[in-house]
Amino acid sequence: MSDASPLLVVENLSKRFPSTRGVVRAVDGVSFEVRRGTVTGLVGESGSGKTTIGRSVLRLVEPSSGKAVFDGVDLFTLPPKEMRRYRRRLQIIFQDPYSSLDPRMRVGAIIGEALDTHGLAKGAARQARIAELLTKVGLQPEHARRYPHEFSGGQRQRIGIARALAVEPEFIVADEPVSALDVSVQAQILNLIQDLQAELGLTMLIVAHDLTVVEYLCDDVIVLYLGRIMEQGPARAIYARPRHPYTKALLSAAPVPDPDAERSELVLEGDIPSPLSPPSGCVFRTRCPYAKPVCAEGDPVPVPVTGVERQLSACVRRAELEAEGVL
Amino acid sequence: MLRTGDAMSAAVMTKAGAPLAEDDPDIILAVDGLETHFGRPPRVAKAVDDVTFRVRAGETVAVVGESGSGKSVASLSIMQLLARGGRIAGGSIRFRQRSGTMIALDKLSQKEMRKIRGAEIAMIFQEPMTSLNPLMTIGDQIAEMTMLHEPIGRTKALEHARQMLELVEIPAAGNRLGDYPHQLSGGMRQRVMIALALACKPRLLIADEPTTALDVTIQKQILRLLERLQAEMGMSMLFITHNLGVVAEIAHEVVVMYAGRVVEQAPMRELFRKPRHPYTLGLLHATPNPARDLAPSAGGEPAVRRRLTPIPGNVPSTTELPDGCSFAPRCPLRIDACEARKPPLVKVDPDHASRCIRHEELS
Repeated sequence: MSDASPLLVVENLSKRFPSTRGVVRAVDGVSFEVRRGTVTGLVGESGSGKTTIGRSVLRLVEPSSGKAVFDGVDLFTLPPKEMRRYRRRLQIIFQDPYSSLDPRMRVGAIIGEALDTHGLAKGAARQARIAELLTKVGLQPEHARRYPHEFSGGQRQRIGIARALAVEPEFIVADEPVSALDVSVQAQILNLIQDLQAELGLTMLIVAHDLTVVEYLCDDVIVLYLGRIMEQGPARAIYARPRHPYTKALLSAAPVPDPDAERSELVLEGDIPSPLSPPSGCVFRTRCPYAKPVCAEGDPVPVPVTGVERQLSACVRRAELEAEGVL
Repeated sequence: MLRTGDAMSAAVMTKAGAPLAEDDPDIILAVDGLETHFGRPPRVAKAVDDVTFRVRAGETVAVVGESGSGKSVASLSIMQLLARGGRIAGGSIRFRQRSGTMIALDKLSQKEMRKIRGAEIAMIFQEPMTSLNPLMTIGDQIAEMTMLHEPIGRTKALEHARQMLELVEIPAAGNRLGDYPHQLSGGMRQRVMIALALACKPRLLIADEPTTALDVTIQKQILRLLERLQAEMGMSMLFITHNLGVVAEIAHEVVVMYAGRVVEQAPMRELFRKPRHPYTLGLLHATPNPARDLAPSAGGEPAVRRRLTPIPGNVPSTTELPDGCSFAPRCPLRIDACEARKPPLVKVDPDHASRCIRHEELS
């Protein structure tokens, strides 16, 4: 799969939100590719821009600048009518299964609405398709007659997935698909997404704050901080050896359910700075334990890590830190 | 430590109406056979059903469970802060005061309870704004708290507030006394809430998911802070969480709850190494653990995309609990006997208890 061509190429994406106290640079010059049939994770903490990127790609948020080339067409230049046609090919799964389903509609109608919008099935074929979709996500055809409130959080997330799959999309953005769920159910949904992705050959962009969850689902990972990419590359390579101090800190901050596991002493101090006034140079430098004056200069962008295919790091001190055994 | 044997004999005696067992002076909090119900018959939700545990001096007990497990309701029962419609329907909650006497918290009036809250037992929540007043400066809030429980003047109280902010590692504490909560970041607000909770040096801190809403790097800071303060102040902590990773970071003892009941309790390392209830085991398998699942194999080849093992089914509703073991419908070890009647919490080792009739097969 490593030679798969990109289905989505995002170039220099920026999103600025005006606010009373200035301009928030939520996403600042982000570029990446999502290869066909693979899963890419967008990971970061609050203010990292991960959700804004995921929604910009679908134009649920209008980007300020940049390109999102999907199968050769820049989605950002499409007129609204054309974009609607593309929505059949690009779908989204939301975080909160409680607010993303209309409580007044039966499940069959929620899924059927997606079919109707794109004129995909009518009458008996429509009913059969709804039943098939419900079965595919681990529910029963009879569930079509029920309302969202009759389901648990995990079941609602299954309904959300069925709705996204109804139009046979090629590309799905999943925005924190399991973070509102209980742990015992979270694993069910992660496995369901894995199975469906493989079975249907979907290309996916998963937005998540939890790097450990993403590790299970993703081929590639993009680590964001304050609207910029710190590191990106194959999930395995990044997990095995992060080449940016922020990725390393993020990995070591995740609590491990094993008291015998090795514990990293890398604890980041301070708060995430306001995206209204991000630090100069490397935006992570104010919390980086390895920051030097050089980090305050220039505009570091991710550059390839020698020896590892497709892994990029934006740390300007990477070579030094590697020599010191830090990275 | 949780002495489950003591706990059970105490529970039996309480139920029989006999005087309470001679307590170990080390025990700060003793919860015995606690039942907390919501609603009226026939639709009574048994949010907490026969919960027994101990918290000893200077130790952190984690109560871990998913939604509907009753973990938060149990902690609110201790504080007598139950929402409308909730009531303690049985059991006892005893707390050892600073003076050394054991009092029954569930028998106290709201007025008496107010003297305990803040002064001897304090509580912090997931969302700091539930305990912070948005219209008061953080300095005034901490000072007011201290003046409520101790005979000191405002100047001294404000100086004490500054010291508390330093204790929770707020930089330039003196300059922050005049800040309002909205001027602070989420992590800083959590620190202020901790400062407020600890202002009167409580003997017990109840922390209800205090890091759940925080970013992971900030969560790490707050866990370290709570761990340090707990050790330095020698206080006991009851830590409510859904996250087994957090349990491994902070707990000495663990109480696992499912659908209102304690299903397992053990010293922290013992619980992770030798879980003796299928729910605990299932939760461990379902929790992401990259070190276990994704580490490169011995040959240096990166592991293939591994899978988690979910627990099938859904968490049951507390109004529709099965007669027998509440986990039976989802349990891989289920046999007919599991559904016949509620299994007892039995000792499987001196400090380890499980509410599973097939616990021996898990050892």
